[in-house]
Amino acid sequence: MQSWIPLVPDSASTFSWKVDALYFYLSGVTLFFTLLISAVLIFFVIRYRRRTPYEIPRPIAGSHKLETLWTIIPFVIAMTMFGWGARIYFEQYKPPSNAIEVYVVGKQWMWKLQHATGQREINQLHVPVGRKIKLIMTSEDVIHDFFVPAFRTKADVVPGKYTTLWFEATTPGTYHLFCAEYCGMNHSGMIGSIIVMEPREFDNWLSGNTGNTTPAAAGQQLYQTLGCASCHGANGEGGRGPTLAGVFGKTTQLQTGESVRVDEKYIRESILNPQAQIVAGFGPIMPTFQGQVSEDQLVQIVAFIKSLPAGGQTQTPAPATSPTPNVK
Amino acid sequence: MRPIEYYEPPVPSKVNYINAQYGLKSWLLTKDHKRIALLYLGSITFFFFIGGLYALMIRLELLTPQGDFLQSATYNKVFTQHGIIMIFFFLIPSIPATLGNFLVPMMIGAKDLAFPRINLLSWYIYLLGGVVTIYALLAGGVDTGWTFYTPFSTTFSNSYVVAAGLGIFINGFSSILTGLNFIVTIHTMRAPGMTWFRMPLFIWAHYATSLIMILGTPVIAITILLLAFERISRVGIFDPALGGDPILFQHLFWFYSHPAVYIMILPSMGVISELIANFSRKNIFGYSFVAFSSLAIAVFGFLVWGHHLFVTSQSVYAGMIFSFLSFAVAIPSAIKVFNWTATLYKSSISYDTPMLYALGFIGLFTIGGMTGLFLASLAVDVHLSDTYFVVAHFHYIMVGGALMGYLGGLHYWWPKITGRMYPEGWGRFSALVIFVGFNLTFLPQFVAGYLGMPRRYHAYPPEFQVFNVLSTAGASILGFGMLIPAIYFVWSMRYGKRAESNPWHLPGLEWRTQSPPPTENFEVTPIVTWEAYEFAPAEETQVVGKFGPELEQI
Repeated sequence: MQSWIPLVPDSASTFSWKVDALYFYLSGVTLFFTLLISAVLIFFVIRYRRRTPYEIPRPIAGSHKLETLWTIIPFVIAMTMFGWGARIYFEQYKPPSNAIEVYVVGKQWMWKLQHATGQREINQLHVPVGRKIKLIMTSEDVIHDFFVPAFRTKADVVPGKYTTLWFEATTPGTYHLFCAEYCGMNHSGMIGSIIVMEPREFDNWLSGNTGNTTPAAAGQQLYQTLGCASCHGANGEGGRGPTLAGVFGKTTQLQTGESVRVDEKYIRESILNPQAQIVAGFGPIMPTFQGQVSEDQLVQIVAFIKSLPAGGQTQTPAPATSPTPNVK
Repeated sequence: MRPIEYYEPPVPSKVNYINAQYGLKSWLLTKDHKRIALLYLGSITFFFFIGGLYALMIRLELLTPQGDFLQSATYNKVFTQHGIIMIFFFLIPSIPATLGNFLVPMMIGAKDLAFPRINLLSWYIYLLGGVVTIYALLAGGVDTGWTFYTPFSTTFSNSYVVAAGLGIFINGFSSILTGLNFIVTIHTMRAPGMTWFRMPLFIWAHYATSLIMILGTPVIAITILLLAFERISRVGIFDPALGGDPILFQHLFWFYSHPAVYIMILPSMGVISELIANFSRKNIFGYSFVAFSSLAIAVFGFLVWGHHLFVTSQSVYAGMIFSFLSFAVAIPSAIKVFNWTATLYKSSISYDTPMLYALGFIGLFTIGGMTGLFLASLAVDVHLSDTYFVVAHFHYIMVGGALMGYLGGLHYWWPKITGRMYPEGWGRFSALVIFVGFNLTFLPQFVAGYLGMPRRYHAYPPEFQVFNVLSTAGASILGFGMLIPAIYFVWSMRYGKRAESNPWHLPGLEWRTQSPPPTENFEVTPIVTWEAYEFAPAEETQVVGKFGPELEQI
């Protein structure tokens, strides 16, 4: 325990000071109004205390001007809070396109994480300073929440869908990772740490963990064993099923005439519930893979499809082996 | 200043609603709103002490960072049951079912509520809901959190979710019936001369509360049914493994449960308006603004549920709208606080126990309301949601607000209800102890929350211990403070000084009849010729708040 009481947690991401600044503004306004009301209240209570038991003060009529004044002033102050908060929020939940992706699967009661380069971690996440990291998260069971107080951000991890969270760490160190959405018996044990490293150290750490298959390579293997290739083509060039190569992030036309953006959620849904949104020009012939693939495997297949270049040329995602295996 | 001329009711007869009839049957089958209020008072006090016991267990567990006093599974049940009991079986019925039941007819000059039998029925429904819930607790308890989030509650929890849900489902009907009764009574049974704008603000607050009860409660009933349906028959509604949407549950749940916060706080605001006006002998500053702000809260309260979902992957644009509306709903509350404060200007303030509770309420409610702005503010809420900051905030509203109002009101009307005075010295002492204990319990939690301590944690990192030790110390003082009124109220029913009909010398209708009132409330139906809180004739009215040369008239 520290010998003094801190008012803010460690600050370790680009959001930290932004959220803190707004927090201090809110605290200042709260303190001001609480003290103002208390001071006026105490002054009145003393100044206008009852002096004789049967006295009656003169009644006072209300005042529209005062009412207007103390409606408008709080409203204006509230709107500054609203605008400021909304601006940062928008930033928090609009992940940048050039971020390093990390896949996160929550389950009762642990965090499973995998870097795009293949390294797996449990209840720990190593990230470099100064690079944008985007987490693509889902849950195997109930709702969890990925919360890093030092980064001033969190997001629910919801079964059945992918949610994202992004941040850019600024200060090396080890920080708390909490599950912030109550998830059952051992909820308070679903904790871990975020280890922020200098980029150089991080690269060393990455290369020290050799021999991992990248999620995309693992996905490619699943793509073969599950028989996806027989309809979607060995390299996702398409066939009886729609083309997969190069479609990620683009908009595709559906049978119903609607169009949909091909993102992680859409791919996941198309594997588990293929009849839900069928691409125009194809029949409802794909069987469901519900129960045959785990959330981890789904993430890998998604990663594989994302890695396919347009045109369906042969491309083998390289396993992340270290060129210099003796650094660590 | 002029001397008071207050209404002196006729010499009390020996017969009142308490001694008019004797025997258990005369209580269990009574249709008298005052007796039903007492039945409620007894039942909610029982549940309050169960809920308090759970609070004590929570605070003991959190004294140390390790989970050493209870097991995780037990701790999860304890905080869940603390929430369920306190919210559904104490806070929601607290003021409406006791003080409201007793006073709504009396303050508008009616003999009873519009539907006396339905009123009794609502108490039996409340009891049935309570019995089913207690069965759930005794059979093994429930561990979902009072929020019952899916798919944990429908698929993963191995506890008595359906039984607990059924208890809340049943209890909801008692709430709906009470609301219905109040609305009809206020519309149709006001005494001659009791116009809408002569009604005490307590009545306006209950009117607004009743609207929420009637419009909101069916939604939670439907939500619980859907939850039970999925849990029992495995039809996919909320669980994604069955094809459902877990976030849908949160929308439905908060569509009721956010307005439910206003069910808890609005009646308390009504009590505070009474206390501030009557213990300063002054008409409420901006009466119509305070009255309409209650209605505004009831309406806007239905439009802000999405602020509980800022981190659930709800669309950022929806988040912005809900954030904006949440800031908007804060304004009517601010208006009330300013008007209460302004009422005290050039008034005659007594330091009687009810007034101390009212002054405490204004301070605590200001902090509770202002910290709500942190949670309405999107980016700060992202950091704070599901931390102890939220826990501290809603306890400031529900304990610092709703409970302080309830206790203040109970002291204020105690002479009317029982015909006895409580001991004034002990009363003031309890108000002070509760105020100090409360702040010591919950102020540290704001800091712990911003530092990142998540709520519903059985064990926590050691750097948070200092805040938890303070909280537990505060909770001990708070618990002790609660015991004092519990003891002297019971004591006073037999040994308290006999109360006059109008011990505080007030103009309100409920004080123009004997204490305790006769079964029919008034010997003759009163005819109202005065405004609310009319301590002095209207022609003496002084005008303040002039900024220009012109005089303002309201």
